[in-house]
Amino acid sequence: MKDFNLDNRRYVIGGVAVIIVTIYIIRLFTFQLLSDDYRKSADSNAFLKRIEFPSRGVIRDRNGKLLVFNQPAYDIMVVMNEAKGRLDTLDLCQTLGITKEYFIKRMDEIKDRNKNPGYSRFTQQLFMSQINDKDYSVFYEKMFRFPGFYVQKRTVRQYEYPYAAHILGDVGEVSPSDIEDDEYYQAGDYIGKLGVERSYEKQLRGEKGVQILLRDAHGRIQGKYQKGRFDRRPQAGHDLTLGIDINLQATAERMLEGKIGAIVAIDPQTGQVLCMASSPSYDPRLLEGHNRSKYHSYLSRNTWKPLLNRAIMGQYPPGSTFKTTQGLTFLSEGIINSHTVFPCHRGFSYKGLHVGCHSHAAPLAIVPAISTSCNAFFCWGLYYMMSNRRKYGTVQNAMNTWRDYMVSMGFGYRLGIDLPGEKRGLIPNAGFYDKAYKGSWNGLTIISISIGQGEVNLTPLQIANLGATIANRGYYYVPHVVKSIAGMPLDTLYTNRHYTRATRRSYDIIAAGMRSSALGGTCRMLASLPFAACGKTGTAQNRGHDHSVFMGFAPMDNPKIAVSVYVENGGWGADYGVPMGKVIMEQYIMGKLSEAGERLATEMQKRRIGYGNAER
Amino acid sequence: MEMQNDDKQQPSVLRSLDWWTIGIYLALLAFGWISVCGASYTYGETDIFSFATRSGMQIIWIGTSLVLGFVLLMLDDRFYDTFAYVIYALLLLLLFVTIFNPHEIKGSRSWLVLGPLRLQPAEFAKFATALAVAKLMSTYGFDIHKPKHLATAMALILLPMLFIVGQRETGSALVYLSFFLMLYREGMPGGILFTGVAMVVYFVVGIKYEQVWLLNTPTSLGKFVVLLLVQMFTSAMVFVYCKEKERAIRVGLISLSITVVALLFSLYVIPFDVVWVQLIVCACLVGYLVYEGLSTQIVHYLLIALFSVGSIAFFYSADYLLNNVMEPHQRVRVNVLLGLDEDLAGAGYNVHQSEIAIGSGGLRGKGFLNGTQTKLRFVPEQDTDFIFCTVGEEEGFLGSAGVLLLFLALILRLIHLAERQPFKFGRVYGYCVLSVFLFHLFINVGMVLGLTPVIGIPLPFFSYGGSSLWGFTILLFIFLRIDAARNLVRS
Repeated sequence: MKDFNLDNRRYVIGGVAVIIVTIYIIRLFTFQLLSDDYRKSADSNAFLKRIEFPSRGVIRDRNGKLLVFNQPAYDIMVVMNEAKGRLDTLDLCQTLGITKEYFIKRMDEIKDRNKNPGYSRFTQQLFMSQINDKDYSVFYEKMFRFPGFYVQKRTVRQYEYPYAAHILGDVGEVSPSDIEDDEYYQAGDYIGKLGVERSYEKQLRGEKGVQILLRDAHGRIQGKYQKGRFDRRPQAGHDLTLGIDINLQATAERMLEGKIGAIVAIDPQTGQVLCMASSPSYDPRLLEGHNRSKYHSYLSRNTWKPLLNRAIMGQYPPGSTFKTTQGLTFLSEGIINSHTVFPCHRGFSYKGLHVGCHSHAAPLAIVPAISTSCNAFFCWGLYYMMSNRRKYGTVQNAMNTWRDYMVSMGFGYRLGIDLPGEKRGLIPNAGFYDKAYKGSWNGLTIISISIGQGEVNLTPLQIANLGATIANRGYYYVPHVVKSIAGMPLDTLYTNRHYTRATRRSYDIIAAGMRSSALGGTCRMLASLPFAACGKTGTAQNRGHDHSVFMGFAPMDNPKIAVSVYVENGGWGADYGVPMGKVIMEQYIMGKLSEAGERLATEMQKRRIGYGNAER
Repeated sequence: MEMQNDDKQQPSVLRSLDWWTIGIYLALLAFGWISVCGASYTYGETDIFSFATRSGMQIIWIGTSLVLGFVLLMLDDRFYDTFAYVIYALLLLLLFVTIFNPHEIKGSRSWLVLGPLRLQPAEFAKFATALAVAKLMSTYGFDIHKPKHLATAMALILLPMLFIVGQRETGSALVYLSFFLMLYREGMPGGILFTGVAMVVYFVVGIKYEQVWLLNTPTSLGKFVVLLLVQMFTSAMVFVYCKEKERAIRVGLISLSITVVALLFSLYVIPFDVVWVQLIVCACLVGYLVYEGLSTQIVHYLLIALFSVGSIAFFYSADYLLNNVMEPHQRVRVNVLLGLDEDLAGAGYNVHQSEIAIGSGGLRGKGFLNGTQTKLRFVPEQDTDFIFCTVGEEEGFLGSAGVLLLFLALILRLIHLAERQPFKFGRVYGYCVLSVFLFHLFINVGMVLGLTPVIGIPLPFFSYGGSSLWGFTILLFIFLRIDAARNLVRS
């Protein structure tokens, strides 16, 4: 009757039980006796670390005008264990201006471990965030009547002006990945999200202070741990002074109203960015405090992409402004000299290829070619450079030499501005064309890059930096928006000169060409300025209506400002680019606009470009 | 004559009662109460005996459990045998009704609310199911090797499971799987139990290491290991069941060496997904087994082939289920369990906090009511599902290991008692009881220690709550009553 084999199965089952218990005891042994980690973690829970938040550094413009500052805000905290049962809910709701339903909903949310995983009814939980000064003072007077309710002081960022949103950026609550990357942050902390708030986060935030308090098993505070020997005072963040002139910034943003584009101005002698406007923009005050989440998603969904800083993220064909770089390269490489003339019969025609041009005197040399913006001149220049086998051997070598010149001028790579999200633009090299044309290409194939079309793409910042480089006759400082950090030196990246490969002599010639353009060429509108301005227009072809571009600097000697203007679908360079550049130069150098300048600025502000409703 | 017999029987119950088990039971109750005190103690509520606190309430549950146990001992042992099906039917009805009860507590409908009392019928259905299965299997002519009989026994077990899943109380439903341990003792082929365990291993290993690459080849480590296991299990089963030892070893070695060669090829010559080679090897294995089965007329070959195909099918469908069918929160739970997701603020929080609490206990613990982790409510569900934390924190390694050993002693003692039953009814019931205890211990302590999934089931005699305490007491004392009658000679 009894199966012996089956009887033995009792040992299998008993064995399973013994193995399970043995494994668990080994696990307990490693947890409780071998590892210190868990004891440490438990300590961190039994000690109460009370965080004291530092005040974030404020931000000023180059003239000391306050742009961003802190305003106190108050979070209402609740300790459930102390609040329960003894609370006059009605009074509390009236004081805080909330409904009873909201109160009940909030309390339930706090207790819901799914929504609030760190919940403990013995510790402070966030009940309402960022109430303002007035509500706080009313609440504070009555606080003794609300057992379990406390106030924690925080600060919110405030913006003085509705301008410079892209530069200033904003702060918001840290994301889980921020916490993972830097252990300084804890859930609920604030961090810079965009602009200098992000790029100078470490300088602005300061250091959190901490008080280590002892807590017994009942959650009662027993005093300071070792009389506060390990406590740290919070250290305020460093204040920033920007290179931005807020009035200039305001003018630039005003003129771009209703248009898509960017205006960048740089002080060539320091590399400081004087203004950087990108349109469409938004009022930075929209993203203050707890409105941030609401408006940020609204802005990021908007089809016109107001959050995009086109000055550093927009990559555009530079059009004719790029001809200056070609002149510099050909002159420095000895392809041409200041007297070399090329023909232009309403454009460049060779071996069946035709690049059109407008009517002007021909043949012509480099200075008038810049002045009249002759396409043919630069096509010939590039053609001769690419086909100069004696000097370069192959077209690939010639191309890469050309590329080296462009890169030395700050194109094709990020310049390194102290703002997040900068794009690098595009400068093709020999490998690029070998791939695109399967190795079979020559100077004619790529002729359009000589006039800033084709594959070449620059950001408006790079175009402005080109202006600064010509203004300096051969070098630039990496553009930066922060002029100084209180109590700290600026990164050496922004204090070293970068020399280009082009010669000083070639820069003199190009500067003369740009001055000639301002006096009687495509930029002749600049002639009326009371100082010697230099400029170069651009009319960049693209799939839609041409983009209007301007690049210039002033005064010609001892320059103070370099400007780039880029207006999408604005037409001729002289339509939008030159007048806007003129206004910016005048306002910065003269300190304020003349009557004529003010009229011009207003006219620019009022002009509109029809962009249609196409999905962008 | 009969009167006399009855008179004698009453004192003999207490005399032939297994006092060892009673002793362990009382010790566990005492430890349990201390732990509930520690876990539910709050500052300002100093009176741990007050009925307003959970520790006070737990005294009521313990007291009523003792009374309940005594009453069960006083009943005639044949009562349980006779009314097994009736009790089973009544509780099934109750379970069924509970599905439609309007009270939802923490997303589960398993609670019946009767005035101040809240009962969980699922806790009581365990002993009823155990009784019914014992009754069925002890009937004359029952043979577990007949598929029809085995299926009937399984149906008795799966029916209450189904209803409890309907109450959205999956954890309690899984407990019924422990009855398969009893079926194994009663002669269910070990292969079935083995298959079940193999499936769990496939699932855990396969999913956990799915995203890990094997050395430098584009092969998923999880899939590779699972398929390797299928190959090895298959050859091992041929070895054990088909009495063709040499052939089994040869088949195993061939499939293994093909896999290794493929792996080396992928590693040093052309990287490719070795899993494809393994799938082909498995297909060849299955083909070979089917051929052998058909030509030799030995059904074992076909069963083993079925095992291999089933293993692979199960693994791929589980993979699909996890990635394409499961709700995100369910996937998170699985991921946290497998250690893929270290989200300490979310689902991993409970387990992480409980590990901290236990780890901070050290050798001797922090002492009664002195635990900081559990007091400050860092551990959720700390007086129910996570009560073992409190034991670990306040009583330290000595206390918690002691509790585990007490449970082990209880289970081993119950095996001893079950084996000494003169009737199959008692033995089957006994194994049901100890399997349930073993399962609860395995899952509950395992989840607190971060070794098993976070399935919300109580630790017997420790977790706060009347239903579970009563349920376990009934389960245990019915067996003690049956055991006490073992020496009775019946006409």
